[in-house]
Amino acid sequence: MTEPKRSKVTNKDLSYTESWPEWFDRHSRTFFIAPAVSLILIFAIFPTFYSILFALSRVKFSGTGLKFRFVGLDNFLNEFTGPERVHFLGRIETISVIGWLFIVVVLGAVIYWLYKSYKSGSSWIGMIGRLISASMTIFIAWLLAGTLLSGNQWGTLLTTLFYVIVGCSLQFLIGTALAFLCSQPIKGKNFFRVLFFIPLMITPLGVGYAFKMVLDITKGPFQPFWEMIGLKNWAWSSDAWASRWFVIVGDSWQWIPFVFIIMLAALENVSRDHVEAAQVDGASSVQIFREIIWPQIVPVAVTVILIRMIEAFKIVDLPNIMTSGGPGIATESISLHSYFVWRSNDMGSSAAVAYLLLILTVVVCSSFFNYVVLKQLRKAKA
Amino acid sequence: MSEASFKFEETKRSLFERLFESPAIGKMSPVSKVVAYSMLIFWSAFVIFPIYWVVITAFKDADTVNSGPYFIPFVDFNPTLDAWHTMVNADPFCDGYAIVRQLSLLVYNSAIYLLSPVVHLAPMEPQICKIYQTFTNSIVIGISSTFFCITIGSMAAYALARIQYKPKFGNIIMFVVLCIIVIVTTIYAGIPWYIASAVALVLFFLLARSLGKHFTATVGNNDILFWMISQRILPPIVVIIPVYMMYQAVGLLDTHLALIIIYAVANLPIVVWLMHDFFAGLPIELEESAQLDGSTRFGIFWDIVLPLTRPGLAATTLLTLILNWNEYLFAVFLSTSKAQTLPIMVAAKNAGERGTLWWEMCAVIVVMIVPVIFMAIFLQRFIAKGVLLGAVKG
Repeated sequence: MTEPKRSKVTNKDLSYTESWPEWFDRHSRTFFIAPAVSLILIFAIFPTFYSILFALSRVKFSGTGLKFRFVGLDNFLNEFTGPERVHFLGRIETISVIGWLFIVVVLGAVIYWLYKSYKSGSSWIGMIGRLISASMTIFIAWLLAGTLLSGNQWGTLLTTLFYVIVGCSLQFLIGTALAFLCSQPIKGKNFFRVLFFIPLMITPLGVGYAFKMVLDITKGPFQPFWEMIGLKNWAWSSDAWASRWFVIVGDSWQWIPFVFIIMLAALENVSRDHVEAAQVDGASSVQIFREIIWPQIVPVAVTVILIRMIEAFKIVDLPNIMTSGGPGIATESISLHSYFVWRSNDMGSSAAVAYLLLILTVVVCSSFFNYVVLKQLRKAKA
Repeated sequence: MSEASFKFEETKRSLFERLFESPAIGKMSPVSKVVAYSMLIFWSAFVIFPIYWVVITAFKDADTVNSGPYFIPFVDFNPTLDAWHTMVNADPFCDGYAIVRQLSLLVYNSAIYLLSPVVHLAPMEPQICKIYQTFTNSIVIGISSTFFCITIGSMAAYALARIQYKPKFGNIIMFVVLCIIVIVTTIYAGIPWYIASAVALVLFFLLARSLGKHFTATVGNNDILFWMISQRILPPIVVIIPVYMMYQAVGLLDTHLALIIIYAVANLPIVVWLMHDFFAGLPIELEESAQLDGSTRFGIFWDIVLPLTRPGLAATTLLTLILNWNEYLFAVFLSTSKAQTLPIMVAAKNAGERGTLWWEMCAVIVVMIVPVIFMAIFLQRFIAKGVLLGAVKG
């Protein structure tokens, strides 16, 4: 056997001078995605790591710029055990009987849930995720028991969670109810739709000031009403709970339209045939909603709640404007806490607080995503 | 059979039944109608009232605001243009020539910048009307950032919907490690940032070429998409201090470009998320036939794909524009005077030594919300067609 003849075609013959557009097109897969990826890497990922270093250092201003001194986890420990603890977690000295009871109940439920998912054979990554969610739940339950259920002062962590949980559920309920009303055969549907949508588009700053004016006790439009019920010399800033609800009202005014507009689209996508068939069969409207409409809109509903939750954790404009975080720290969200600490030139602590917010947001949102949203989406696909 | 006629019999219904039961399929009973309309009207009032109050406060003077609530212009109080006058008159440069002055300033200063290697001339001091400058800042920053964000975001979304990417997992880890090394050496060892990052970038490409072959684990398109969208979870307060430092290092603080870039990054997840859904829903055959005809990928993207997704593109653009227009937190950190946007101006009215100047603040808020309301009406039309719904479902 002779060796196969080597091809005479050399490298030089194959290559021809590529024109710029051709080269550009050949690499188009890189050019399409590179700008977005590099922007996110430079302005989101890189700063996130940068801020870890801030959080691990004591930052001082010097003549030439900033001076970093590595202090390890001191900034974080300050928030949990040190002098900042009251600000971040609240005042936890004594836990009442109800508090202990609450902790025990939550602990039991969490352990049962872990046991059940262990039995049903989830992967070890899934178990680690569940352990993280479980420990976060127990931690928050302990906080709740130590502050709210024992009559102690709250910290910014619980205030943020209050905005997220109470705000989101309130907005979801009202928004869905309005969407349901608008999906009924009523006149002027388009008018209501446009009108209800507008608050979402108004700057949060404007919403804050508008509500500060409208709900003002002495000069606002409801002044005769406040005077009538004997609140003439009262102020929103005198009561912690009133101030928190005050912020929630502004926040809801702005964000209910978001839930409304998406839920309305989802409701209008529900097939009319099923609903009308059920009506002919004499089902009541409650039954129709529960048995026919709700199962069809539930995937959209949980996704809307997830998106709303992600945005709610970032709340900063409204409490800053409406109450400046007061009275005391009653309405201060974690973002605002971090901002105030930054303003007092303590950059290390500020970054630490912001980082704790990031951890909280990621754990809560991904727990919700994994255990609720994915489950519903799978159920809808099946 | 065809002659069979149906008779509708008027069944006797009690008053209770007539009030509470719907008369026909797809209609509502009188009571539920009353309840529905009253709730809708109540909510309309709740939505309108704060806006109405802001608008009428913008036409009040100090005394009217401070002496208690007055509700209806011309009946309760005499509307004045005081707030608008002070906004314009307090500034000596706010006259009929404000626009001309700003334009000539722009032309003169850019000419000076171009001539600066040859002759040194002092740049003209910005003698411009504050409200006018702020308004143009808001418009320029909002529009250019939206344009930037939509271009980059829709390109990435299209690529993720159509091209398979397989970045190596090891390379990603390597990038993160190099990032951390750059940060540590910059802030603790005092090495200039540009040297550190240039060395790291070169190292990354060299290592990715050589070591990259040995990594086997890859991530797919869905992982990249999820990663991009999940950037929305990142609270702005986490990145804002490092971004401030970065801008300070390159001298971008208080410039338009700084805000344009950071707004674009903040909204990129939304754009990618929404646009990916539209692109994935397009039939691929069109693009394949265009590819056979010899179109380039950019040609396909520009001539075929983008025109097909026009409604989605319009909705996303409007949404991004509104979000940019309203942005406050980044603006308050990164701009002080030259690149000041409208939200900063609103907040500034709060800090006067005479207390809050509600009437002037309301005038600025009105300036801010009027364009937004028009945009919202347009946007609503797209959203009503279920533009957002597809993305939410997916």
